[in-house]
Amino acid sequence: MTRGRAFAQSLDGNQKAVAVALTVLFGFGLGFGVAHLMAGSIAYWGVVSVPFFITLRVALPATVIAGVTGVASGYVLAKGRFPGRDLLESLGSLPIILPPTVIGFYLLEVLSPGTRVGGVLTRVVGHALVYNVDGCIIAATVAAFPFCMRSARTAFEGVDVALEQAARAIGLPNWRVALQVSLPLARRGIAAGLTIGCARALGEYGATLMVGGDINGKTRTMSLAILDSFTTPERNTMLLILVLMAIVAMTGVGLLGRSRS
Amino acid sequence: MIALIPHSWLNAFAIPPWIWNPLSISLRAALEATVVVTVAGVALGYLLAKGRFPGRGAIETVFSLPMALPPTVVGYYLLTRLGGPGPIRDAEVHLFGHPLTFTFAGIVVAQIVESFPYCMRFSRAAIAGVDPRFEQAARAMGLSRWRIALFVTLPLARRGVIAGIAMAFGRAMGDFGATMIISGSAPMATTMPIALYNAVFYGSHEQAMVLALVQVGVALTILLGVGRLGRVRPW
Amino acid sequence: MTSALDVAVARHIGDFDLDVAFTVDKGISVLFGPSGAGKTLTLSLIAGLLRPDVGTIAINGAIVTDCARRLYVSTQRRRVGMVFQDGLLLPHRSVLDNVALAVRQVGGRRARRDVARTWLERVGAEELAQRRPVSLSGGQRQRVALARGLAGEPALVLLDEPLSALDTKVRRELRTLIREVIISSGVPAVLVTHDAEEADELGDVVIDYDDGRVTGQHAVARPSYPEPPLENPAGTEPS
Repeated sequence: MTRGRAFAQSLDGNQKAVAVALTVLFGFGLGFGVAHLMAGSIAYWGVVSVPFFITLRVALPATVIAGVTGVASGYVLAKGRFPGRDLLESLGSLPIILPPTVIGFYLLEVLSPGTRVGGVLTRVVGHALVYNVDGCIIAATVAAFPFCMRSARTAFEGVDVALEQAARAIGLPNWRVALQVSLPLARRGIAAGLTIGCARALGEYGATLMVGGDINGKTRTMSLAILDSFTTPERNTMLLILVLMAIVAMTGVGLLGRSRS
Repeated sequence: MIALIPHSWLNAFAIPPWIWNPLSISLRAALEATVVVTVAGVALGYLLAKGRFPGRGAIETVFSLPMALPPTVVGYYLLTRLGGPGPIRDAEVHLFGHPLTFTFAGIVVAQIVESFPYCMRFSRAAIAGVDPRFEQAARAMGLSRWRIALFVTLPLARRGVIAGIAMAFGRAMGDFGATMIISGSAPMATTMPIALYNAVFYGSHEQAMVLALVQVGVALTILLGVGRLGRVRPW
Repeated sequence: MTSALDVAVARHIGDFDLDVAFTVDKGISVLFGPSGAGKTLTLSLIAGLLRPDVGTIAINGAIVTDCARRLYVSTQRRRVGMVFQDGLLLPHRSVLDNVALAVRQVGGRRARRDVARTWLERVGAEELAQRRPVSLSGGQRQRVALARGLAGEPALVLLDEPLSALDTKVRRELRTLIREVIISSGVPAVLVTHDAEEADELGDVVIDYDDGRVTGQHAVARPSYPEPPLENPAGTEPS
């Protein structure tokens, strides 16, 4: 009640109208969406579970790899004093706005056994890295990495330097300062970045299509499978799962972000 | 949607059509989408940063969903909402004379939806980062809320807001899944990402190389600019 | 005759309790006390940036805050001018346009700029008109902030530690200027400071603050100053 009144008092007439319109729009959209999704039945779980578990098998390792490398490079970008950091950050951020087909194209160039680099890689690893789950994991890692890196950098830069200097003054080596002082202090921002990175890995479509090959039962993740099920009854089940995952992810990002101020 | 740019651009450098056609379609669609996203995204970002109303977090989450949803799901919803029978489609027919699916306007809508969260979140973060004492001083000067927003808050937040607009433009240029579904591979809607996909699997390797390189150039330019505009925490 | 400002308010924030009452007339009234005594909070309540829990505030006899009647006039309509410690000039506008933004008595960009220019002259900053705030020294910045605080013909001007960020020499210089400009404008002023010398030199009345309470109020003996001009102080007429 008081919050509502405070809200009303904080806005003038025009802003109030906009806010009311948005709220109505939002309410309608949500109600419509939920009703629509509930129409789907869990009876189709048997069909949906195959792409679902492929998605998890791709997105979870991808998030772990992107998280570790992203946080490490975010730390280097935040604390390092070397020229070209901004260029490096821009290069690492490319997958945020680069079309997934471009990523797919370059991954094929580097991973296909037919190319020079890919041939060497295939021999070293012992098996091909395209048209199987490994290829999907690589594509999802690339999609998730920039979000982990960028939020790690801003989170590390937000850590009070005095706390790090104090830790150094009592004799902790740099790597312990990073792991035991900076990392815990930056954890919220990093967690938000990992969450959104995980969501991007779960939803990757274009590069996964090109590198994974869209093989049913092997590399067909949910983002790919949804295309084939537009006209089938398991569509709603799949949409329900995907939309719920997205809502959970973005709510998590919102909660982690909100409490930092 | 908006006839901002004449359909036939002056192709001054005689770029071969296999680059020029998708590039001009991509640029035009992304520019039109960015105009819409800028107005709506900055306005909602301002409201989220400054309003003190319940449900703010929920609104931000819902409008951010396209960041977390697979582009295919976004494309599916647009296809069924814009193209399926119902009041929305009737409105499209009434306004444009035909449904927006499988047309150029359809991909603009897809790009608006995909790029909106970036503009909204960057703007929200930048506006929330403005020192509130500037706004208090402006209130004491007797400025109305609208004038404070336009003359004080937005200019002070402009770097982050511009970064968000640039990111939104880049995302609009880079969308593949949603564009592909809503366009149904209509030639009028073959954007750069789709042209690259076609070149990789049905065209020549040289064309694919060039198309990929052009897009890397565009994306890198945007990101370098965003990097220079400084830091906000959009997520 | 109505007093320039009537304050009787209480406000609770966290562990801090503010409970003050005072009445002042035209001239400069100084709120003096250590930091954390509630002086700046009082200014925020007078300006309407915050609301008291209980109490009333009247400016020139007009009630602007009355908690019992749930009456809170918005900051915009209180006609107060404010001067902050660090100036808070907008970095994206020229000095002249910063001052012009505060002019509300005339319409039109040119007219507002003319008024703003008159005020820059009165604070001795006319040659800074086209400069950007970042290029100003601390003293210049506060001159411009003073011009901006008065340019809107406020019913009351509030100055929050306007000289605290400056070094001693500039501070002394600006004290004289602030007193001259405010007294000649005829606008009543409330000034917050923790500097005793500044309080004595600037104030007609000094109100002592300590830990959220008023502990004393005394007039400062000083030679009488000339009556303010009766017409528009912003100088819309040729001077």
